[in-house]
Amino acid sequence: MADNLQANLINLEEKLNEIDSQISKFKQISADEGIKLNDVVEILERKKLQLLDELDAWQKTLIARHKDRPLACDYINSVFTDFTPMCGDRHIMDDHAIISGMAYLQGRPVVVVAQEKGRTTEEKVLRNFGMPHPEGYRKALRVMKFAEKFNRPIITFIDTPGAYPGIEAEERGQALAIAENLREMSQISVPIIAVVIGEGGSGGALALSVADRILMLKYSIYSVISPEGCASILFRDAGKAPLAAAALKLTADDLYKFKIIDQIISEPSGGAHRDAKSAIDNVKTALITNLDELNGVDKIDLVNGRYKKFRDMGVFCSYDN
Amino acid sequence: MGWFSKLLVPDREKSKVPHGLWEKCPGCLRVIYKKDLEKNLWVCAQCGYHFKISAKDRINSLADPGTFKELYSEIGSLDPLEFTDSEKYCERYKKAREKSKMNDACITGTAMIGKNKTALAVMDFYFMGGSMGSALGEKITLMTEYATENKLPLIIVSTSGGARMQEGIFSLMQMAKTSAALARHSKAGLIYISILVDPTTGGVTASYSMLGDIIIAEPNALICFAGPRVIEQTIRQKLPEGFQRSEFLLKHGIIDMVVPRAEMHDKLEFILDFTNSGQRTVEKNGG
Repeated sequence: MADNLQANLINLEEKLNEIDSQISKFKQISADEGIKLNDVVEILERKKLQLLDELDAWQKTLIARHKDRPLACDYINSVFTDFTPMCGDRHIMDDHAIISGMAYLQGRPVVVVAQEKGRTTEEKVLRNFGMPHPEGYRKALRVMKFAEKFNRPIITFIDTPGAYPGIEAEERGQALAIAENLREMSQISVPIIAVVIGEGGSGGALALSVADRILMLKYSIYSVISPEGCASILFRDAGKAPLAAAALKLTADDLYKFKIIDQIISEPSGGAHRDAKSAIDNVKTALITNLDELNGVDKIDLVNGRYKKFRDMGVFCSYDN
Repeated sequence: MGWFSKLLVPDREKSKVPHGLWEKCPGCLRVIYKKDLEKNLWVCAQCGYHFKISAKDRINSLADPGTFKELYSEIGSLDPLEFTDSEKYCERYKKAREKSKMNDACITGTAMIGKNKTALAVMDFYFMGGSMGSALGEKITLMTEYATENKLPLIIVSTSGGARMQEGIFSLMQMAKTSAALARHSKAGLIYISILVDPTTGGVTASYSMLGDIIIAEPNALICFAGPRVIEQTIRQKLPEGFQRSEFLLKHGIIDMVVPRAEMHDKLEFILDFTNSGQRTVEKNGG
């Protein structure tokens, strides 16, 4: 079943590759033979855009989880300079699903907190596939309070299937750790920018996303539950994940329409994995722009603005009782 | 509804005793005369099993008689995602409203507990498994803000299957919204008492229900972030006996106390007196 669901994306990639190779072939002929083939190239480019426009929520989910998609580490290494990690929650351990530390963003001192899934099998195991334990959230909060103390803005990268569902995680207060982050982040008096770079999985993602600006890469997702989880509960069949993905409205476009996120960061056609560098550049530009806008905002206004931002989220009505 | 709603069919529905004269206790399997159960606040006199109760019954057991004044009862959810699974969400929601005569899964208002005027929000598991959507998040937030403005203590009784998936991202954002409101209440130096009853799970656990200055659970309530089934599927091993129950959380330092239903009112009164006036009105044993 998983293979069938995955095939969806492989087909798309094949089609995109084919169009790309045709485009370069025609361009080559055009150059070699000195004939103008602009029209043909244009048609192919349009065809490609059409394919990308038609991407459904499930295909975007697969892109968001693509094995070659840039991970938090890739952004940290390329967007910032002098990244200096800060480790541990000071109580139990250092949770490797979350990376945090000091860095410079084009000369601006910032504090970075990121969820990291890992690329190789070894890294994935070390990073617990990007699923933090309570210690990860507590480390994140400790580092964010450090940022507040020294008046440094906070940038978080969101990429997690969710908080880890395990015995130790529950014993050590997974729910409590998430709840405390939500409460404390709402009060932190320095700018916070959250960027969803892959999967924004439920409470585990929200626990680093109570931010002044929430940005999403075009093919990332952010949802209250995974499409598979939703499908197995509400549709009683995990194979109906594509249906659930559509129903949950979890794409960047959906969330921008709902005014949950502030900005969609564009990705290279077909997804960030097809051209990591340009995705990383786009993220860097977006971060600098947003940081400059938040720079100098009065602390009280900042915290009140963040409160209002989340206060306004929700769609409800009044009934005549 | 939460991921384990199938697992946790409300007990009174499960026991299927016709016309409600008798009730079977899921704890000790004894058949109990319903009038006796009601008198005993729906706790089995034999084994101490705590039946699930509606928000209305809960309020009656906590607030001093005749003092509860409901607020924000008009607020209900909409269907921003136009969500459909086996049934349209708007239809499902309409049925829940009709059946419960409530507009969403909690009742909010003010009440007296002894000498203490208190803001109170009580969730109802019978309304779509106590799942949290925009309406519930809004009511909890409004009640918290009301308490902050009027300098009142706040008590929230949580019971929930988690996020209301049919409201997607809006449901998730209620966690941030309610927690932010509680931050302001706390900053104002006011007390928030969180009471957890069976079951409290998912997004409700991972937001307001864990943020109490004092956290109290009823005996043997399931309290968790991830449900037992999800964990079993992830780690592929059986879970230890009593895992994620109130007493387990007490042992692991997550909650302050486990208090049986019959003692809850007096316990609340003691805590409210202690933090408000600093003068005891409730007699304590061994004092």
